[in-house]
Amino acid sequence: MITVDGVQVKLDGEKNLLEVISKAGINLPTFCYLSELSVYGACRMCMVDADGHLVPACSTPPVDGMNIKTNTDRIRKIRRTIIELLLANHDRECTSCERNGSCKLQAIAYQLGIDKVRFPQATMESPVDASSPSIVRNPNKCILCGDCVRMCREVQGMGVLDFQFRGSKAAVGPAFCKPLAEVDCTNCGQCVQVCPTGALSVKNDVPEVWAVLSEPDTFPVIQVAPAVRVALGEAFGLGKGKEVTGKIAAALRRLGFKRVFDTVFSADLTAVEETHELLGRLKDGGPFPLFTSCCPAWVKMLEMHYREYLGNLSSCMSPQQMLGSLIKNCLCEDVSREGKKVVVVSAMPCTAKKFEIRRAQFEESKPVDLVLTTSELARMIKEAGIDFEALEEAEFDEPFGTITGGGLLFGATGGVAEAVLRTAAVMLADEDAMKKIVFDEVRGLEGIREAEVTLAGNKLKVCIVNGLGNARKLLEQIKRGEKHYHVVEVMACPGGCAGGGGQPISQDPCVKKARISKIIGIDSAMKLRLPPENPAVKETYRRWLGEPGSQRAHECLHTWYGPRKRIAGESIAITGDETAKLSKGLKPVDVEVCVGTGCYLKGSYDVLKKLMENVNSNPDLVGRVNLKATFCLEHCDQGVSARINGKIVVGITPENVLEVLGKALKEA
Amino acid sequence: MTTEEVQRKFTKLNEILDKHEHKPSNLVAILQDVQAEYRYLPEEVMSYIATDLQIPASTVFGVATFYAQFSLRPKGKTIIRVCNGTACHVRGSQNVRYAIMQKLGLKEGQDTTDDMQFTVETVSCLGACGLAPVVMIGDEVYGQTTPETMQVIMDQLLAKGRKSDDQDHQ
Repeated sequence: MITVDGVQVKLDGEKNLLEVISKAGINLPTFCYLSELSVYGACRMCMVDADGHLVPACSTPPVDGMNIKTNTDRIRKIRRTIIELLLANHDRECTSCERNGSCKLQAIAYQLGIDKVRFPQATMESPVDASSPSIVRNPNKCILCGDCVRMCREVQGMGVLDFQFRGSKAAVGPAFCKPLAEVDCTNCGQCVQVCPTGALSVKNDVPEVWAVLSEPDTFPVIQVAPAVRVALGEAFGLGKGKEVTGKIAAALRRLGFKRVFDTVFSADLTAVEETHELLGRLKDGGPFPLFTSCCPAWVKMLEMHYREYLGNLSSCMSPQQMLGSLIKNCLCEDVSREGKKVVVVSAMPCTAKKFEIRRAQFEESKPVDLVLTTSELARMIKEAGIDFEALEEAEFDEPFGTITGGGLLFGATGGVAEAVLRTAAVMLADEDAMKKIVFDEVRGLEGIREAEVTLAGNKLKVCIVNGLGNARKLLEQIKRGEKHYHVVEVMACPGGCAGGGGQPISQDPCVKKARISKIIGIDSAMKLRLPPENPAVKETYRRWLGEPGSQRAHECLHTWYGPRKRIAGESIAITGDETAKLSKGLKPVDVEVCVGTGCYLKGSYDVLKKLMENVNSNPDLVGRVNLKATFCLEHCDQGVSARINGKIVVGITPENVLEVLGKALKEA
Repeated sequence: MTTEEVQRKFTKLNEILDKHEHKPSNLVAILQDVQAEYRYLPEEVMSYIATDLQIPASTVFGVATFYAQFSLRPKGKTIIRVCNGTACHVRGSQNVRYAIMQKLGLKEGQDTTDDMQFTVETVSCLGACGLAPVVMIGDEVYGQTTPETMQVIMDQLLAKGRKSDDQDHQ
């Protein structure tokens, strides 16, 4: 038993005082306490009086018999002072801030009745980092709560952001103060979701979309992802997990889009193509597991950190890119009759989709031109003055507007796996599974889930992962040979796309669950639930693609992956600067050996050692060979690599390196 | 730098990582040893350490910028630390610092001599307040300094430096 402001509260295994206090009906203000992250105790907003001592409620374990006071003069004064100090160090341009209205600092300052700040305003001169296509970082708005740091490290397993410097100079940012675009950020946007202020926000592409809409020579087309329809309503105060599919279609037409297509249709198509790929691998004996490729943050993580598994990724484009590709490759003849340029916009719950459209693979074809997150779409609708709630429901456009429940499930963790299983049931003609439709075994919210499903006598081991940190855990287990699966579905964001980085920001921890159960609810009420039975999918194959997995399907709907450098930066010089003096008329040879993780683990240091020994024991080479250790040449899958006079050489070992060097010297 | 020097450093870097068993928990010790070798922490070397320890580069950078002992810019061969703790400050450590800066030809805001021989740092407390104002040159402690005694000490130091340079050349 604990007394909270005179109320008796029974202890029931609560981890900290904060939980006990909230059970007593008191909501303490907090910045750095998020239930899914570790307890940090940095913001000091939750200070309470425990038997006369001031303690932070979030990091104090409850003890039987404690007497807690949360609302004394002293505590109110402390809280107000903290907020005032934070505000003095915060860029208070609230009216022009992305987070105006959803800012926690703003809300708590109002809640505590702050009417003036007694401290002089600190100068706000840190440059804003807008290098990333997905996320904008404004250090002048950072209150150093560390939520993003812990989200990125603990949940996403990346550690892109960390604290740096200290005291009054302390800041949060990427390594070496580099711009986000030059480090190994996956663009997942979970940091934006937990940031209490506008220090981290989604890159705003609304002006670009308005420009497209008002351009007379364009034919603007939009597609809407599954998870958008269960979240957009939140931005209009319609409550959590409300379905607004019909209103979205209506609103988008009012905004000026000429066609409104459904990404769920291309999710159905993805399920068909991916299942075809899976069944092909079952026949050929691998490679297993087949990793899903719908999530661009996951794909980028794999390209940067686990290059050895790139061959396991499904070659399918994500549903967003598939639909864009279909519109531009196949449908253009139909819709561009007006003689205008088709521009494809997509509305996504995701910040990484903004990065995906800029991948080198899509540079020429540009299946999708612009990406709006759910939040950005809400802003456009608001800016246009549309009364969203009063909109009459409308339908999506054909030929890419008919959907099945299977494709819809792509919006939540486990959904891609379930859609693939449903498709496999049809393709393998498993009557029982087709009748049953639902695969309960892959559903849930846990970070890593396993299931074994038998379809027409084929045993399929399936694993579902959400959260990139969990994906890493699983990859390590697979690497050690402890786990074997046929299919692994990965969604980078906790909860899957429903909890995506571009969704409306909410302080309510139950919001993700509400969105997910809505998606599942819509599916269960649908008539069409098996992706291959989608008439629009069948028609697409008939008209344009032929069979699943056909050559035309591959040209249109599949892509490729490649190793990706994690961090931009200089090389380490391993020879001195006497080159010019000693070159004796001979051309110098630049040898840059990769010491990025992939090559480093394969022994690039031994290669370098061999080279150093050789150069040192050979006076002719001193000054002629320019030796450097460099970070990642993006050929990680082919053994130790080096760049010799600008040319990439792979598969270098300590045994063959002298031969390689000799050849380069001769050529020079 | 000559090839020999550069390679010695790079080999040493790898020896340091071996010595500390490639353990992330030894990061501070690794950075100390590396700084002793390079006289600062070059960015690419920190990336290399992060790769070796399999930790995010942001963690290495966070630690390197947290502790005042680490420098991200090249430091001089000899480090002169002038204490500016309360005791030293009230006994005139600022004037001692000016005298040193003047002798080395350093402008305000510049802490390392152009020839990379000396770096002057201000530190918060050397724990020898009874000897205030205190100056450390390398590992040697000088107590109860004044601008005048510092000038003499600096002259000796500079003369010695020149002599050893001559010897190097011979």
